[in-house]
Amino acid sequence: MIRSRGEIWFQYFNVAFLSLLSLSMILPFIHIAAKSLSSEAFVLAKEVYFWPKGFTLSSFQYVLENRQFFYSFTNSVFLAVVGTALSMAITILAAYPLSRKNVPFTRFFMVIIVITMFFSGGIIPTYLVVRDTGLLNSIWSLIIPVLMSPFNLILIRNFFMSVPDALEESARIDGASNFRILRSIFVPLSVPALATIAMFYAVGYWNSFFNAMMYITERRWMPLQMLLLQLISEEGVNDLAMIDAFQEVTAETIRAASILCAVVPILCVYPFIQKYFVQGIMLGAVKG
Amino acid sequence: MNAFKQRSPWLRYWDLYLMLLPAMLFIIVYKYVPMYGVIIAFKDFNIMKGIMGSSWIGFEHFRQLFMFDEFPRVVRNTIIISFMKLIFGFPAPIIIALLLNELVLKRFKRVVQTFTYIPHFISWVVVGGIVIDLLSPSSGIINKVIQSFGLEPIFFMSDGQWFRWILVFSDNWKEAGWGAIIYLAAILGINDELYQAARVDGATRLRQIWHVTLPCIRSTIVILLLLRIGNVFDAGFEQILVMYNAMVYEVADIIDTYVYRVGLGQMQFGLTTAAGLFKSVIGCGLLIMANWMARRMGEEGIF
Repeated sequence: MIRSRGEIWFQYFNVAFLSLLSLSMILPFIHIAAKSLSSEAFVLAKEVYFWPKGFTLSSFQYVLENRQFFYSFTNSVFLAVVGTALSMAITILAAYPLSRKNVPFTRFFMVIIVITMFFSGGIIPTYLVVRDTGLLNSIWSLIIPVLMSPFNLILIRNFFMSVPDALEESARIDGASNFRILRSIFVPLSVPALATIAMFYAVGYWNSFFNAMMYITERRWMPLQMLLLQLISEEGVNDLAMIDAFQEVTAETIRAASILCAVVPILCVYPFIQKYFVQGIMLGAVKG
Repeated sequence: MNAFKQRSPWLRYWDLYLMLLPAMLFIIVYKYVPMYGVIIAFKDFNIMKGIMGSSWIGFEHFRQLFMFDEFPRVVRNTIIISFMKLIFGFPAPIIIALLLNELVLKRFKRVVQTFTYIPHFISWVVVGGIVIDLLSPSSGIINKVIQSFGLEPIFFMSDGQWFRWILVFSDNWKEAGWGAIIYLAAILGINDELYQAARVDGATRLRQIWHVTLPCIRSTIVILLLLRIGNVFDAGFEQILVMYNAMVYEVADIIDTYVYRVGLGQMQFGLTTAAGLFKSVIGCGLLIMANWMARRMGEEGIF
């Protein structure tokens, strides 16, 4: 391909611009990491940029030894693991019948589900239902009211619809039940799509904090994001610092360390699923 | 055989309906019961009496909402913030996708994608925490740079003039890279012969973008634009909840934050349900209108 000089310069510019963009995505995290590993004096003097000064692990030690942090972290892990498993189960189970063309009433059920994407009761009525179903101050209040996302359901259903009919028919001739067909044909065939959706659910559970703000008041059941929110608002930090006065640790570095602790699990899982979600998004992009 | 066919579909497909049951139960209890619950917008709701026992008061709550200056200001903020995000945030993913597509080095392209997707998976609590930290007048790195030019530090997070721009910028930072993915998918679907034909006609890269790529992803752009307009009342609830403070309520309080703060904080259930209903109904209307417009313009529409 013959390239004009203008095009070559455009390539240079493009690479430079996108490099800067990528850097801008990653530098804030590196800055926070550097802060969390530095000692208080340098942070307060604003001398820490992208490399720790006065290296110390004391803020991490403080955060990881904190009992509240431990509770919140395990709560969040529980949400991400159990919540995702339940959400996937209920979504897959519903997507299969809804993807069958010859079954009556599926269109009706579909409409009922899709309506909820456009109209909702709103914050307060939902809060009242959660309260009336006895979920307040229970970890389940962060799972059950958000169990299934209609959007994810539609993605999986569309994927199931694209599975060739012949596979299903041959299994049926062999005497397989519907459940068996779902388990042995549809689920194995849709692993990339399902992995993507599972990641969406897991990230959603890990990152959600608003429901916790409404439904959880007992500190024991606070998820990590909510604890973090309290830390970020200044008073929260002062609270913690007053409880056990720790000489070397400042609010700044504690904050940085706890932010990092909330990000690292996502960054650890991210590379493994990244290869799936481009495929996964494609199937949504084809037509939702 | 005949008898088998005449059996009710409920019996014939009982196992399929059983699979659907948990999902429908969930939808009914946590989606439709709250929809029924919005009638407290028209009632003098009392927790002790419950939804049924409370007395009807008609449109009293709506009258109250619009009687004082507070709620109209909240609606105004919602729309302003939403449109600022639309104008400055909507083109960004398209530009990123076009630039990524022009890259010759495929491995570099993948690296850029990896980095620009990351913020999408980070919660607003963390992103808000980082933004607050970076912009802090006492310890933030940005203000350090400003001061090194001999200027006064800026109180970004409590200055009404800056705050909305910080919302727009941080939202863009978090979502633009991820938003590009859908345009990239659309670009990948373009038939390569179109580019070949354009090249034969002597089109430069820029002209190829203008005459081939953009027209080919037009329907994706239109659909996403209409969806954004339909969701104009969602101005970024979680983001604002994390980042705002009493100093900037004037410019940053949106309908959702208002409903949450006044509703649950001051236990004004009826009043704020009315506010939420106002948002829901207009938002729903906007979406339907947006879809109708998409169809008028010859696009497929969203539903």
